[in-house]
Amino acid sequence: MKQEGILRHAATRFLGLIPTLLLLITVAFFMIRVAPGGPFDSEKVLPPEIRANLDAKYHLDEPLLQQYFRYLGQIVAGDFGPSFQYKDWTVNELIWRGFPVSAAVGGLAMLLAFVFGTLIGIAAALRQNTAVDYTVMGVAMLGISIPNFVIAPLLILGLAVYAGWLPAGGWDWSWQRMILPVITLALPAVAYIARLMRGSMIEVLHSNYIRTARAKGLPESLVIRRHALKPAILPVISYMGPATAALITGSVVIERIYSIPGLGSYFVQGALNRDYTLVMGVVIFYGVVIIVLNFIVDLLYAWLNPRIRFDEVQ
Amino acid sequence: MRRVLPISLALAGVLLWVCACGGRDGEPGVPGERRPQPVSLVLLEDGSPDPSVLAEEQVVYRGNGEEPDTLDPHLAVGVPAAHVLRDLFEGLTTESATGEIIPGVALRWNISRDARSYTFYLRRDLAWSNGDPLTAEDFLFSLRRAADPRTAASAATMLLPIQNAREVLAGELPVEDLGVELLDEFTLQITLTGPTPYFLGLLNHPIAFPVNRRNIEEHGAEFARPGKLVSNGAFTLSRWVPRVQIVLEKNPLFREAAQTIVERVHYYPIEDHSTEVKAFRAGEIDWTNEVPNNQFKWLQEHYPGELVVSPWMGSYFFGYNLTREPFVDNPSLRMALVLAIDREILTEKVAQFGEQPSFSLVPPGMDGYVPFTPEYADWTQAEREHEARRLYEQAGYSTERPLRTEIRFNTSENHKKMALAVASMWKQQLGVVTTLVNEEFRVFMQNREQRIVTEVFSAGWISDYNDPYSFLEMFRTGHGRNDFGYSNSTFDALLDQIGTERVRARRERLMFEAERTLMSDHVIIPVYTYVTKRLVSPQLKGWQNNVMDHHPTRHMFKLRLRTGVEEGAAPAAPPEAADAGRQE
Repeated sequence: MKQEGILRHAATRFLGLIPTLLLLITVAFFMIRVAPGGPFDSEKVLPPEIRANLDAKYHLDEPLLQQYFRYLGQIVAGDFGPSFQYKDWTVNELIWRGFPVSAAVGGLAMLLAFVFGTLIGIAAALRQNTAVDYTVMGVAMLGISIPNFVIAPLLILGLAVYAGWLPAGGWDWSWQRMILPVITLALPAVAYIARLMRGSMIEVLHSNYIRTARAKGLPESLVIRRHALKPAILPVISYMGPATAALITGSVVIERIYSIPGLGSYFVQGALNRDYTLVMGVVIFYGVVIIVLNFIVDLLYAWLNPRIRFDEVQ
Repeated sequence: MRRVLPISLALAGVLLWVCACGGRDGEPGVPGERRPQPVSLVLLEDGSPDPSVLAEEQVVYRGNGEEPDTLDPHLAVGVPAAHVLRDLFEGLTTESATGEIIPGVALRWNISRDARSYTFYLRRDLAWSNGDPLTAEDFLFSLRRAADPRTAASAATMLLPIQNAREVLAGELPVEDLGVELLDEFTLQITLTGPTPYFLGLLNHPIAFPVNRRNIEEHGAEFARPGKLVSNGAFTLSRWVPRVQIVLEKNPLFREAAQTIVERVHYYPIEDHSTEVKAFRAGEIDWTNEVPNNQFKWLQEHYPGELVVSPWMGSYFFGYNLTREPFVDNPSLRMALVLAIDREILTEKVAQFGEQPSFSLVPPGMDGYVPFTPEYADWTQAEREHEARRLYEQAGYSTERPLRTEIRFNTSENHKKMALAVASMWKQQLGVVTTLVNEEFRVFMQNREQRIVTEVFSAGWISDYNDPYSFLEMFRTGHGRNDFGYSNSTFDALLDQIGTERVRARRERLMFEAERTLMSDHVIIPVYTYVTKRLVSPQLKGWQNNVMDHHPTRHMFKLRLRTGVEEGAAPAAPPEAADAGRQE
């Protein structure tokens, strides 16, 4: 019964993906074209002859609706088109080169954040209102409030420039170059997860069934592991869906400061350069990643929370 | 409570460590004195470096700004791409380390009496990196490709001096009608529409570089990739990971391979200036593309031997919109605002990078041209301010009835600082009330072009080629970049004359007249001429400062570091000082 429910749920979700994406594509397509200036505008003005050649090459001379349907046709074929700015590469190539980098850095950061965040949160909850709790939560608050464009240069200055232990930036898939960006990205997430975890853990520990479990004489560690952990981790899971999507699709700040070739800069640079195809490609890719991750969160939720059953929805 | 202690200790440790790092930053000499220093440069009689002073590993690591837009020389627009392309390819002409135009693939050339026809005699024994012979046919093919409407090259603007180029680009004439003709296998004739003194310089622009026909026919749009790209310059493309690095290897078939010392060059696209400086300080790159504007003092103190500042052929100025109130038909007001700003303060305290205060449009050092200097350039600042107040009042403004205007600029820390300083000078001297408006780059450019909302706007111009005309032409009536709405028939007539004048001295005189006309109309508020600024490892030599800011790697080489014995022998002599004389 449950299996069937999940399958049906999955099918509905994936069908729902189509109108969502179509809406996303349409809005993004017209919005980037409404923005002032075009991909070939710069300080040096092009003579009309040359401008016309460029427009013809990239079909910008066609009516907007025709361009839109041409683009939709391309996407159905899985082709995001050539980048206007990086003329030697297609948008597909750029995304498939950028995404693994962002996914590695963001994924590791999320993993780190999840492990440390939950552990710290549980530790703080178990020692509620003690010095441990205050210290940890104070540091967490700092972690949330100090922006990563402050932490990142400090880390580079300390560990790369002065100590010389790690490279100052750049990318070659080695752990040495991953370490600083992963830490920088993970810090605020660790802090946020720790605070979430602490809050929900305290709430769960005060609930009736925990009191019952304790009254039955179960050892405290078992109470925590078997009864408190699963419900307490739910808010963290629902936070992690969108947070993971944000982390693995790249952060423009981190990428700039550490010179990492991830997806985030393509999005921002693409928008600033009015690189229509690149922006569209990244937006659609983001959309798919977010939808998929939210779906995974739903499944996890159902597994963790006995109060949610897909078959009951019907 | 027992558990609190270790955590607090750890925290205190982290805090101490962070503070310690901050503290060391201010300590003079920490980054400087312990840095290993190279041996002094010793040159042989032919001007090449003595092999005994060269480093064993001749690999250069260069910061290169943003990711290059393409390595197809005809499609490239950006400066970062041009840096790499000048290492990969060589045109009919090329340049020395000082930026002087010298024979490249062409051994020599003849210029016809009417200065409209150039005959190039190519070197006969040249080859592409794949071994194909390099002939005049390759240049014919390449120039036609660059002008072909289907190629849609933005930089084809540079080809417009060539006969029929405009018609070919517009699709009105076939590419075969482009004014380029093959006289024999190694002789090429290029016909121009009019005298173009900077034409030999244009041939050193990527748009005029040769591409290998077979290479393009085989790989199509993907020919400019590692393992595929065939080039004829000092280096070949060996690796390209977008936004990570571009690696070039020495081309053994290059005509001067024997004189090229560098074996490999890495170009890193590092967008963030502070990150680039950190990479330099960590010893990961030998050459930065830029340095952050706000770190000049610090760098000057800690990296005096590495910081290189040099004039560039660009001007920074503000423009007036002459089609709207309050500046339309109001030259005294425009002149008042020109006079009221103190350029010494703007360059020394605000820009801070050794930029030169400017009273004209064209920067000095452009191909021998001496820019027009208005009379007030020789006045003291107090005299200028006095005259500014007089003109301001003459224009009908006063403390009770102040001018209200705006300065518009594209979002950037530097523009903001400049606009703020200018606005406060106007306020202080004249009582002008200025609003600052910043906009995203393309929005700003569109507003400038439309001339509907702008009053005073930030502007700057960095030339593509070494000729003052590139600064003057945008003030022509109807020019696409005439965001000033300037229209003066005398000025336009002078530009027409410059276009047909083939006697150098007379042409210079005409350009001087045009600049004088423009400056007397107070169309712009000149501020300063640009400089290039970067950090260069003292090990890296062979390059020289030039106004073009072109630094092909083939002129460079790396000195070896001092050994322990040499360190003891000559500890006092700073190598930079010893080399400085040769370097300049």
